[in-house]
Amino acid sequence: MSDNLMVVRTSFIQRFFQSIGVSSFQALLRSLIKSFAGAGLGLAAGLLVCYYAGEPPLKILKILYQSSFGSGYDFGMTLYYTAPLILTGLAVAIPFKAGLFNIGAEGQLTVGALAAAWAGVLGAGITSPFLAVLFAATFAFAAGGIWGAIPGFLKALRGSHEVITTIMLNFIAAGMTAYFTLYTIKDPNSAQAETIPVPESFFLKPYEVFNGAPMGNLIWFLIVLAILMHFWIWNSRWGYCLKALGENERAAETYGITKQRVWVSSMFVAGGLAGLVGLVEILGNSHKFKIGFSADWGFVGIAVALVARGNILGVLPSALLFGMLQKGAGSLDLETEKVTRDLSYLIQGLIILGVASEGLWDGLSRFLGNHLKQRARAKQTGGTK
Amino acid sequence: MKSNTLLAVIVTVFSFAASAHAELKIGLVLEKSGKDDKSFNQSAYVGLKRAEKELGVTTKTVEAPDNSAYESLQRAFAEKKFDLIIAVGFHQLEAVKKNAERFPDQKFMLIDEDAKEKNVRSAMFEEHEGSYLIGALAAMHSKTGKVGFIGGMDVPLIRRFQLGYEAGVKKINPKAEVFVNYLGVTGDAWNNPPKAKELALDQYGRGADIIFAAAGNSGLGVFDAAEAQKKLAIGVDSDQSWIKPKSILSSMLKRVDESVFDSIKLLKEGKFEAGLIRYGVKTKGVDYAVNEYNAKMITDADKKKLEELRKDIVSGKIKVPDYYLIKK
Repeated sequence: MSDNLMVVRTSFIQRFFQSIGVSSFQALLRSLIKSFAGAGLGLAAGLLVCYYAGEPPLKILKILYQSSFGSGYDFGMTLYYTAPLILTGLAVAIPFKAGLFNIGAEGQLTVGALAAAWAGVLGAGITSPFLAVLFAATFAFAAGGIWGAIPGFLKALRGSHEVITTIMLNFIAAGMTAYFTLYTIKDPNSAQAETIPVPESFFLKPYEVFNGAPMGNLIWFLIVLAILMHFWIWNSRWGYCLKALGENERAAETYGITKQRVWVSSMFVAGGLAGLVGLVEILGNSHKFKIGFSADWGFVGIAVALVARGNILGVLPSALLFGMLQKGAGSLDLETEKVTRDLSYLIQGLIILGVASEGLWDGLSRFLGNHLKQRARAKQTGGTK
Repeated sequence: MKSNTLLAVIVTVFSFAASAHAELKIGLVLEKSGKDDKSFNQSAYVGLKRAEKELGVTTKTVEAPDNSAYESLQRAFAEKKFDLIIAVGFHQLEAVKKNAERFPDQKFMLIDEDAKEKNVRSAMFEEHEGSYLIGALAAMHSKTGKVGFIGGMDVPLIRRFQLGYEAGVKKINPKAEVFVNYLGVTGDAWNNPPKAKELALDQYGRGADIIFAAAGNSGLGVFDAAEAQKKLAIGVDSDQSWIKPKSILSSMLKRVDESVFDSIKLLKEGKFEAGLIRYGVKTKGVDYAVNEYNAKMITDADKKKLEELRKDIVSGKIKVPDYYLIKK
């Protein structure tokens, strides 16, 4: 009874803290510090490598900063790299809440992007930009969602492990989309492997400030989408089932949650979100589906979710960080003599390592805590003497 | 005295700056696979380095981390006022088009596609013609009357190789059989030697004794299979005979290095011209490779026949089928 009262009395702020997985402001701070310290440690290790390769670390930092925020164009390109990572980061983080590891975002986004391009071919007569974008978005979400739901179904029906099935579906997606691109909706006016361009009503207009970088209103939509997903998971019955299943499968089942339904639905939502990458790429950037367009966004999305520590809102800053590093890879190659684009991958890897090594932090803080306690005790005993 | 030294230092510094300014600056944007792909991109890089040595130009090479990075890399070169920006590979077509319009005074060069812009020099290679000669050579050396073709990614460009090759084989031996396999439909197809080896072993098992590998890095697997089976293989883009001297009959050369070097040379002489330049068998932009390793394998009679075919292609007597021109 008193427990129920407690629930009623929890304030909005407390609920918010709960929703991002912490109990209080202090805990939030601690969690943030952990993530930042991890990322900082990874970055520092990367810069140390640069130093030994013969490039001053400050110069590298400056290049990365300039490449991300140096001009309107650079910032626009950074956002262009960030946008797909927000979606794929969500596509990994959401099933993760239910205890599923979605390695298939790459395949889901490929299928979604092809669907968006196909929507342009089918809906060539749609002249209203709003309806056109809605049409393509529905196609992309549904296609990606169905592709994502397949491993969910296989797990529910046959118990197939989603890590295996999603990886295999990545290859099937690549093969299938290549077939449709080359033989069904191939652009007859091009010698390259690409589909018929979507009509102009489907184009997402980029902002003028970005001076040619393909990013516009879409970025706001994605930010709002991430925030909505966060509140949906923390305030809906579906989200509750998801988390309960992820926390303790047996308990959730005993409580009456059908795990099969949660598996399929969470993978459908994840796949649909990954499929929306089609909006970024097809409607926003190239206006046609090209084989191999993705800069491994589906796989980098795993890292994004990992660095966000499974937190839905954390995906936003995490995606920006990886977007900056992806954009910076080319600039590092261009602006330096001794290091190449590979340094960016090295830094990405080290940051993941730094953030993911949670055990290290806990161990370190326990060690430091004990150390401090011992010192305090020593001081005390010293004092009494 | 002291001021004199200072003056001297200042003069040297300024003259250095002046001479550095006079040097042409060439930027090279390579594809994802980069300058060590042992084939297409490496060829462009070799041409650039040769120009650096022989023509005294300053160069900078970047390898794109992904297919969305081309535009910003070219743009960075343009903003740094490089004299010529060379973009390698058909993936860069749209990026070059956009940048050529944004920087109308900037000179560009694009390899493997036609940009149709007035400040872009586009170099395209007639791969089907070179493959035709290679096909003829393979048919001349085949004892079983069966030869193979292993393509990398199933894209129109490689289909173009295949079609020319098949036509060349049939020209010499109309009854010959050509086995065709592709490695896949994703970018990984360029980088999968084990799978290429399996496919090659299969084709050799079915009786083929020469296989033409147009598969980028995956070709290494075909060469391995040729060595293991004591059969022959044919390389692509660069002269690859050195990899397995005894097992490689020849290579279908695509002289990207020549086209890069030529353009820089013309730029230096002030004769740089935009527009489409086609490199075919006529100018030996595509060719079969003869080198110290295969000199014994390719006889004078072979060469005579191949030169006849070359003449017929140039004169138009032989029409080599071009996949790009076939409308389905």
